[in-house]
Amino acid sequence: MSKTLFEKIWDSHIVVDENGRSLLYVDRHLIHEVTSPQAFDGLRLNARKVRRPDLTFATMDHNVPTSDRSLPILDQTSSVQIKTLEKNCKEFGITLFDIHSPNQGIVHVIGPELGITLPGTTIVCGDSHTSTHGAFGSLAFGIGTSDVEHVLATQCIMMEKPKTFEIKIQGKRKNPHAVTAKDIILSIIRKIGTAGGTGTIIEYRGDTISELTMEQRMTICNMSIEAGARAGLIAPDEKTFQYLRGRKYTSDNYDELVNDWRENLKTDSGAKFDKSFTLSVENIAPQVSWGTNPAMTSDVTESVPFPDEYGKGNPEEVKGVTKALQYMDLKPGTPIVDIVIDRIFIGSCTNARLEDLMEAAKVVKGKKVSSKVRAMVVPGSQLVKKNAEEMGLDKIFKDAGFEWRESGCSMCLGMNPDILAAGERCASTSNRNFEGRQGTGGRTHLVSPVMAAAAAINGHFVDVRELDLK
Amino acid sequence: MESFKKIKSIVTPLDKVNVDTDQIVPKQFLKLIQRTGFGQFLFYDWRYEKDGILRKDFILNDPTYKNSRILLARDNFGCGSSREHAVWALDDFGFKVIISTSFADIFYNNCFKNGILPIRVSDEILQKLFSTKSEIEIDLEDQTIMVGNTHVSFDIEPHWKKILLEGLDDIAMTLQHESQITKYERSHKI
Repeated sequence: MSKTLFEKIWDSHIVVDENGRSLLYVDRHLIHEVTSPQAFDGLRLNARKVRRPDLTFATMDHNVPTSDRSLPILDQTSSVQIKTLEKNCKEFGITLFDIHSPNQGIVHVIGPELGITLPGTTIVCGDSHTSTHGAFGSLAFGIGTSDVEHVLATQCIMMEKPKTFEIKIQGKRKNPHAVTAKDIILSIIRKIGTAGGTGTIIEYRGDTISELTMEQRMTICNMSIEAGARAGLIAPDEKTFQYLRGRKYTSDNYDELVNDWRENLKTDSGAKFDKSFTLSVENIAPQVSWGTNPAMTSDVTESVPFPDEYGKGNPEEVKGVTKALQYMDLKPGTPIVDIVIDRIFIGSCTNARLEDLMEAAKVVKGKKVSSKVRAMVVPGSQLVKKNAEEMGLDKIFKDAGFEWRESGCSMCLGMNPDILAAGERCASTSNRNFEGRQGTGGRTHLVSPVMAAAAAINGHFVDVRELDLK
Repeated sequence: MESFKKIKSIVTPLDKVNVDTDQIVPKQFLKLIQRTGFGQFLFYDWRYEKDGILRKDFILNDPTYKNSRILLARDNFGCGSSREHAVWALDDFGFKVIISTSFADIFYNNCFKNGILPIRVSDEILQKLFSTKSEIEIDLEDQTIMVGNTHVSFDIEPHWKKILLEGLDDIAMTLQHESQITKYERSHKI
């Protein structure tokens, strides 16, 4: 019978089928400091061990400072959480990339970078952006802390089988440097809504997908959760196999694995999806969010919408948009390009890999950050930072007036000292524009790295299609 | 985990769509390493003024709902971050049932893992519940919501129903499959 890629991975990981649910084997378990302490406590309380410490990898990313790492961590509660992870990894024999490791970074950046992420595998992590790893054709999704404990103890997860959702992305972008993977995924979320993918696993397909680099595919899969889907998948191809070759944890029989993946890891022709959506990318514009969820997004050439028009008579929607605009302090009808920005954040598991920084640097090179703007670059990992520095990108950003920081989640969620003050407005390459996400009272506009870089220079949004980005 | 059978209470109507887990528990409170004591942080930015004073216009601060154990929510409740702290906060605050038209997937799972019952109902039923001022009763065994003299039934996966009713430890349940897990591991190499 014809099967989708998701169904193949699902079926090959079933340990037991029981009452319409499956116990699935977990190939890789990634953990970090924020959602794991209570899970380890649970293990101790019940005298349980970590079943497969060799398949479990840890790093600290959510609350680590991005300033000088030789200094002590001033925030005592953060420090306790970080030390707790160190202690737990030591006690249970888990590999940890700590704050001083050359492999430290955002968990979803380092997984692929180290070859921990592999096609056809199941990957879980106590973080919703685990969907990122789906770019490699792995079934990867976020779980809560109770499930972290369950996976630590059993290396399995009990689940009801999700539905399948095909998203076809087709056509050629006129200017792929200005209209990026971020603009593609924001366009999709804008159309299907923040709950459009609930209960499903998305497979992104189509000719545009095969043209994207691995890092761009990661940006797309990363934000699947913003459309409500727990995971997003892309079938692996030669680019995938090439990207992972020779990485730190790639196994010795890699070529053998590649042959198998090439043969099997794709949706069979004739396989049926439960749901389908198509996006043509020829005419999409750079996207800017104006509201308090990622679906509240417009083209850079548009204006802040009027709630009645936007809500199309749905009272809940009209109420939601009115409240969002109030929080964002935006007047309906204001052109997006007239929105003045205080802060710029180039970072996060969505957009802080090497290519993101290279693209942003093209906009910044030889220019100065607007005198009214504070701008920062937070590389996704120590390896991204090192590679960028070898290319001289740090110098380009610093010369322009950007802060060049150490790696971590940073201002994507503001658990460390990198936060917005109340009322500050930020152009951010991250994934969530929820109220208070980047700091209580802070206002977030989600954009691509080139859009953020251009806003830094100009002090307001600009249509990057007007710049020479080649 | 405590077992769950019946709950009778007035409902707290939270009239907002797409409530994300960042609102349920803001990130500054995720640094704690325990599971307990998160109730004080529930909906923190909506519940308190900047100076820490309770905001009069927020529903959870209305004394009418002080002893409510059932939260009424709107579409896509619990979207965004996977943080289980959101469920710990709702639980610690006193909510044992959340009723909405839809929930985000990870949040929905996290509820059951902590003995909270999330119930999906139709738009029509939700509207009716939003206008109810009197107590309602939830019976998990019968899968019913009793509103006045009307019974409304709801669906729940049998697996979760059993876990809630019996207060089971799902890790212990999985470990009963130890031999199958070991067998799988032997044949599956990556």
